Amino acid sequence: MLQPLVSEKKIDCDIHITLPSTAKLVPYLDDYWREQVTTRGIDRLELTSDISNIGPAIRPDWKLGADVQTIQNAVLDRFGTDIAICNCMYGAQAVYNADLAVALCRAMNDWMADEFLSKDERLRGSVVLPWQHPQKAAEEIERRAADRRFVQVSLLAGGDTPLGRRALWPIYAAAEAHGFAVGIQAGTAYRFAPWTNGWPSYHIEDQVSQSVGIQSQLLSMITEGVFEEFPKLKVVLTDSGVTWLPPFLWRIDKLWRGLRMEVPWLKRSPSEIVSQHVRMTLQPFDGPDDAQLVQELVEQIGEHMLLFSTDYPRWNFDGADAAPLKGQPELMRKLRTENPFETYARLREDLT
Amino acid sequence: MTVIESPQTGVAKKADTGIIDCDIHPLPKNAKSLHPYLPKRWQEHAEHFGGHLRQPFIHTTQYPRSAPLICRRDAWPPSGGPPGSDLDFMREQHLDPFNIINGILIPLFSNVASERNLDYANALATAHNDWQVSEWLDKEPRLRGTLVVSQDDPAAAVKEIERCARDKRFVQIMLAPRSSEPLGRQRYWPIFEAAEAHDLPLGIHSYGVGGNASTAGGWPSFYMDEHYATTMGGPATMSSMVLEGVLERFPKLRVVLVEIGFAWVPSFMWRMDRLWERMRGEIPHLVHPPSHYVKRNFWYTTQPMEEPSRPNDLRRTFDWVGWDKLLFSTDYPHWDQDDPAYAFNVKLTPAERRQICRENAEGFYRF
Repeated sequence: MLQPLVSEKKIDCDIHITLPSTAKLVPYLDDYWREQVTTRGIDRLELTSDISNIGPAIRPDWKLGADVQTIQNAVLDRFGTDIAICNCMYGAQAVYNADLAVALCRAMNDWMADEFLSKDERLRGSVVLPWQHPQKAAEEIERRAADRRFVQVSLLAGGDTPLGRRALWPIYAAAEAHGFAVGIQAGTAYRFAPWTNGWPSYHIEDQVSQSVGIQSQLLSMITEGVFEEFPKLKVVLTDSGVTWLPPFLWRIDKLWRGLRMEVPWLKRSPSEIVSQHVRMTLQPFDGPDDAQLVQELVEQIGEHMLLFSTDYPRWNFDGADAAPLKGQPELMRKLRTENPFETYARLREDLT
Repeated sequence: MTVIESPQTGVAKKADTGIIDCDIHPLPKNAKSLHPYLPKRWQEHAEHFGGHLRQPFIHTTQYPRSAPLICRRDAWPPSGGPPGSDLDFMREQHLDPFNIINGILIPLFSNVASERNLDYANALATAHNDWQVSEWLDKEPRLRGTLVVSQDDPAAAVKEIERCARDKRFVQIMLAPRSSEPLGRQRYWPIFEAAEAHDLPLGIHSYGVGGNASTAGGWPSFYMDEHYATTMGGPATMSSMVLEGVLERFPKLRVVLVEIGFAWVPSFMWRMDRLWERMRGEIPHLVHPPSHYVKRNFWYTTQPMEEPSRPNDLRRTFDWVGWDKLLFSTDYPHWDQDDPAYAFNVKLTPAERRQICRENAEGFYRF
């Protein structure tokens, strides 16, 4: 099959693959950790905050993408996808033992490369990071840099510390140096309560909280000066919801005008920083049913901010039309092709 | 040469029909100002031990703020004492020049809602309420009070509501959104039952030290982050009260979110509805989509006003939130207060302005 021209490639910027069990990682672990995970039964580390683990939130005609055939049938072939960026979430990003995190994350990336990236050339990967140990996380980025199929590194919206904190900067330095986008996925290791007022009763409340969690993380990265220190860095918010962005920017621009003395390294308004450095995947959009209103919201947000995604296997839409934007082929081309190429430097360099 | 007219700050236009300011912060003149309203045992406690909060510092907030006491620098009364402690100066600087026909006091200063010693919190709540009556409401007929309760002791809070509710100058019950548990949890329901029974709205003002990290990602470094995180107590509380079923059980409850913003509401409502479509099986007590309860039971004060770069976006936000849901507020005497002459970054018709600055509050507070 002839490859379509770069300018016609359809890119899905967020699909979720599922690691079914630590057992899959055993071949990639060293002797010590192989024995540890086996004798201690270190398994079933699915995350409470991962909506993929909530049955009714999965599309009824989809199942979890635990192998490449499932993904090919459910999403790649069906949506005519040329390239899809895989995200993976597992307890490796939440265990408290940093050495275990390092071993599991490294194994997950090996597993992703062998079981997905090597089996379908349409797939691209997000490097899972042992952010519990930022220096080791940076080393993991270095290790993957030669494999051009990895185009992004992946963090969750909740970990040991706010994402702007300087202790995490080695991660951003390595990502910038090697052209990786930094993906921030909805999901948390529950080091802190989902809400500023504590732990709610229901799963749905945790899920509702995720968009606010991501807002706080984005604000932390802005105020700490991450984007001043790493001027080439791109951040992709995945599964963050989309429509919160304009009111968030109005609010923090106003706060910045009043409080810029506290963060004197910020020479530009937060909205300028976000416009240059941050992108969001399209699903979940968190919009109303009214198509006219959706159009108005996209104008507020800015077409350049959005990256097409199905968010497979989560249930955000029915049928094969993932976009809440009807009859706008030019806009869709932008979201599916132009914006992703502009965002993912490694993808761009690899294909052009 | 261009001549720029000096701004007519604080000068009410003749045509102005008056403003209801839904957020004014009074302060006591000094550390002993509440003593006359506290039993001796608690006066001594205040002097020997003081408050006990879930935060590192005794005398100040977790994050150094933008100004002493977070106040306007010109709001310190010439008579001495901190901003908001001198009624005459409040009249002169705020109530008179802005033609404020009613102002709602919201006393935040002792962190009553977050006090860990619940017996002390209960004594403080009673003292705050009696202090409001004697020092403010009896002296200035334009002012209205906010009932302070110790929310982590709901039985005592209900008693305090029963004690004060017959004084109609108390127009709402204050709760802190940054509570020690999400406010929709069932331990707080006795307070909602009493509020509904007395037809008193809940004034949920951005504040509180609940002991949880400011954000789901942990403790950020800066007041700028903290300021945003505090306002996110709004969606936290809305989500909890809606999804845990408070408004299904108490359908007539009226809730105003004070100093929490409002532009986040439409997106947040859509998000809750979308997740409810998938996950409603978990919360069968919710008969309607979440947006139903938001539209029916929630109101918002305006300060700090949103300032989109395209002014019409503000108008559209009003459309989506509901023009009838917005209650004007200044936040006097805090540093980021809104001046009614400049608060709206978009042109309003006189009728629209009157609705937000006066009529909505008249209806909401049953003036």
